[in-house]
Amino acid sequence: MEDLNVVIAGAAGEGIQTVGEVLAKTLVAQGYAVFTWKEYESRIRGGLNSYSIRIGEAPKNAPLFKADVLLALNQGAVEKYQDLLKEEGVLMAQEEGKEGVIAIPFEDIAKKEVGKKIYANTVAVGALVGVLGVDLETLKTVLKQIFSSKGEEVQEANYQAAEIGFERAQRDCQDMCPWSLPPRDNTYFFVGGNDAIPIAAAYAGCRFISAYPMTPSTGIITFLSKAQDRLGVFAEQAEDEIGAINMALGAGYAGARAMTATSGGGFALMVEGISMAGMTETPVVVVLAQRPGPATGLPTRTAQGDLLFAINAGHGEFLKLVLAPYDAKDAFQKTVRAFNLADKYQIPVILLTDQLLADAHYSYTDFEPATSASYHLADPSEIDHYKRYHLSSNGISPRLYPGQSAHLVCVDSDEHDEQGHITEDLSKTVPAMVEKRLTKGEGLKNEVAPPEEIQIEDAEVVLVGWGSARAAILESIHLLREEDVKVGMIHFTELWPLPDYRFPENASLLTVENNATAQLARLLRSEFSLSFKENIRRYDGLPLTGEYIRRQFHAQHR
Amino acid sequence: MPSIDDYANNVEIQWCPGCPNFGILQAFKKALVELEKTPDQVCLISGIGQAAKLPHYLKCNFFNGLHGRPIPVALGVQTANPDLTTVVVTGDGDCYGEGGNHFIHALRRNPDITVVVHNNEIYALTKGQASPTTPQGEKRTLQVKGVDIEPLNMPAIAILHDCAFVARGFARNIDHLKGLLVEAIQHPGFSYVDVIQPCITWGNRPISWYEDRVRELGEEHNPKDKDAAMALALGDKDEFPIGILYQSEPKDPFGHRYRDAVTDGPLAQMPSLSEDQLHKMLSEFKPGAGRFLD
Repeated sequence: MEDLNVVIAGAAGEGIQTVGEVLAKTLVAQGYAVFTWKEYESRIRGGLNSYSIRIGEAPKNAPLFKADVLLALNQGAVEKYQDLLKEEGVLMAQEEGKEGVIAIPFEDIAKKEVGKKIYANTVAVGALVGVLGVDLETLKTVLKQIFSSKGEEVQEANYQAAEIGFERAQRDCQDMCPWSLPPRDNTYFFVGGNDAIPIAAAYAGCRFISAYPMTPSTGIITFLSKAQDRLGVFAEQAEDEIGAINMALGAGYAGARAMTATSGGGFALMVEGISMAGMTETPVVVVLAQRPGPATGLPTRTAQGDLLFAINAGHGEFLKLVLAPYDAKDAFQKTVRAFNLADKYQIPVILLTDQLLADAHYSYTDFEPATSASYHLADPSEIDHYKRYHLSSNGISPRLYPGQSAHLVCVDSDEHDEQGHITEDLSKTVPAMVEKRLTKGEGLKNEVAPPEEIQIEDAEVVLVGWGSARAAILESIHLLREEDVKVGMIHFTELWPLPDYRFPENASLLTVENNATAQLARLLRSEFSLSFKENIRRYDGLPLTGEYIRRQFHAQHR
Repeated sequence: MPSIDDYANNVEIQWCPGCPNFGILQAFKKALVELEKTPDQVCLISGIGQAAKLPHYLKCNFFNGLHGRPIPVALGVQTANPDLTTVVVTGDGDCYGEGGNHFIHALRRNPDITVVVHNNEIYALTKGQASPTTPQGEKRTLQVKGVDIEPLNMPAIAILHDCAFVARGFARNIDHLKGLLVEAIQHPGFSYVDVIQPCITWGNRPISWYEDRVRELGEEHNPKDKDAAMALALGDKDEFPIGILYQSEPKDPFGHRYRDAVTDGPLAQMPSLSEDQLHKMLSEFKPGAGRFLD
C-alpha cells in the first residue's frame, strides 16, 4: 500500500494531541508502522495546531504534509488546513459543509448519547478508525490500556463513544473512503525522541539531571522526574539555566553521570558552564533541542539553526563533542555514546536535537541498545600520589571523585597546575596544560563516526545533510530517482570534531538544512575546502520533507 | 584525630599581607579540627574573588568554579555525595551580586550545605568598585560620586525566608568565628554565615572602626525568636552584632524524598539500569503488546 497521512487539526486544548495519540497507538496495535509529528503555536488554549499521522507497511519515519484524511475540530481549522487535503482526500468536520465532508458532531454526540462532553475525543477517534477501515476491537484494546485505571464506568463510556463514532463514520463514508487497514502480524516499538533520550540516559548510568523548562527540551526532565523512583535519576528544576549546568557540573565532579537539557536561549546562558566543563575537565551531557531563533524566536517550531553555535559554544579553546542524532532510536544510541565519551575524555558533550525529533514518534521493528554504559573513573587504590591534572601522554588524567578515597580531588576553573591549584607559570605549566587538554582531541577524533553514504556511487548530485533531516532527504532521493535524477546522500550525525573523510570528487554537492544560512555548508567549506552549489534550506519553522526537497531541487536545477 | 597541620598545604597565599581573610582561613582550620573532619571528608566550593581563593590554601577537596556559581555546584556535589561536608566559600560580590539568584533559591531548597560569605563590602580583586553591600554614599573607584543605590541586606532576606541557620561573624574574632563555623557545619539544612571582613587595601575605614562596633551576642538573644533575629538584621548599619542570629524550626533537607525512595549514598556507586529493566521499560512502548507509559 501507499503510505496514508492523517492530519488532525484544531485549537490548543481541544484534544488533537489525545485524539492523535490514541489513533496512532491503535494503528501500531493493528500492525502498521506509524510516524507522528506535530506543529503547534506557543499557547495553551486556542490558536490552530495540527498532529500528523503517517501510516505504512514499513517504517518511513519522515513527515508528510499532504493529507488523505483531515479531521478538523473547528471551522478555523477547516479553513487553515483544507489546502493540505489531496484531491481524493476526505475532510471530517463537526459541521455540515460542502459536498464530500463527513460531518460528525462529536461534542453533541458525546453530550447527548454518551452523557459527557469529555468523550468527544473518543467519538472522533472512533470515527477516524471507521473511516480508515481499522478494527474497532483494536481501538478498544488501546482504550482499555489507557483507561483501565479510571474504573469500569469510564472505560465503558469510552467504548460506547468509540462505537458511535465508528458507526457514524461507516454510515457516512459510503463510497468516499476506499481505505482498509486489516490487522497485520507486525509489532513495532513506538517511541518519541524525548522518550528515547531519558531512557537511554538512565541506561547509560546518568544519575542526575537539572534543567529549566524550555520548549522543546522539557519532556526529557519531565520523563526522568516522573520515573524518578524507577529509573533512579535525581531530577531538579533549576532556578535558571546557569544554575542548571552548574548543578550538573557539581554532580559530575562528585562522580555522578549528569546531564541538562535546554533550547537556544537557555543554552546561551549555559555557555560559560560549558567552557568550565572544558577547563575543569568535568564530564557533562547537554541536550540542545533546537527551535528557530534568534532570541525567543518561534518557541514551539523546529529548526537546525544552532549547529555552529553548538560547535563554537564556550570562550577559550577546549575540546567538546557534538552529536546530532537523526531519530528516536539514533538518539538512544547517541545518548549512551555521549555519556561514555564525556566520561572517557572528561569533556562536555552536546546532543543536538530539534523540535521535530523531540516531539515526533517513530516506529521500529526492533529497539536494541548498540552499546551499554562503560565507566572510566580511576581506581584510587592504584594511585600513590594523586594529581587530578596529571600530565599524561594522551592528555587524559585519572579522574577520582571527592570522598571516594583519601585522595583529594582539587579542581579549578582558573588555569591550574597538576594538583589543581591556580598557576601563573607561563613558561611551563600553562602551555603544558593547554596542550594536555587539546591532546585529548587526537583520541576523540579517531572515535568519531564518518558520515553515512547512500547511493553516491552513480550520483551526479549528492545531498549533504545532518541530524533530523535524514529521513526527509532519503525520501527525496527516492522521489528524485523515480524521475531518473541521479542523487545520493552523505549524512552527518557526528559533527565535532569532524571525522577524517574523503568526499566524492565527481559529484556536485549541496547541503539540505532546516536553517537559512546553510551552516553545515559553511562548516564543511572551512574544514574540507569544498565548494557547494546553492543549498536547499528551510527556515519557516516547519520540518523538511521529501516533497519539499524535491521541489526545491527542481526549482534550482531548472 | 586531625590536627591543624593536617590542613596545611604549601600553596603561596595571594591575599594582601595582613588581610583579615587570614583570620577566616585560621578559623576554618580550627573548626574542621574541632569537628574531627579529615581533609578527604571535606569539600569546599568557591566561585571567583579573593574569598574564592581560600580553598587553595587549605588541604581538602575543592571545586573553584565560575563567578557567582558556587551554590549550584555545591548543590550538585551534596546531592551526588551526601557523605561529604560541603561548604561554599564566597564573597559579597560572588554570592550577593553575580550569584544572588542562586542564594535566594537555596533558601527555598534547604540543602544540607554551609555558605560562608567573606563580606568586605567591596569588589577587591577588580580594584575597589562597589559591591551589593557597599554603604550608600560611599565613593568607590567606579562610583566616583558615591554609591547611589541601597545595599542588600542578605541576612534579613535569609531570616525572612526561614533559612535554617543564619549567623554573622567577624574575621578578626577567630575563635568566635570558629565556634560559628562549627555550629553552622553541624546544623542540618542550609547554614549561612556572613563574615565581616574589612578590606585593608580598598576599604575606607580602618579595622579598628569595625572592632569598635562589633558586639558579641550573649544569652539575651534567642535565635529561635524570629522577630528578635529580624530586628538584629535590620538594626543600625554601623553596628555589627555577631553570633547566631537565627535558627528556624527543623525542616526537611533538599533531596530527602529521593534519599528515602532511591538511595542515601553516593550516586556514583549506584548501578546503571540493567538490561532487564531496560527491556521492561521499552516493552511499554509497544502499543497492543502491554501497558505503555502515559
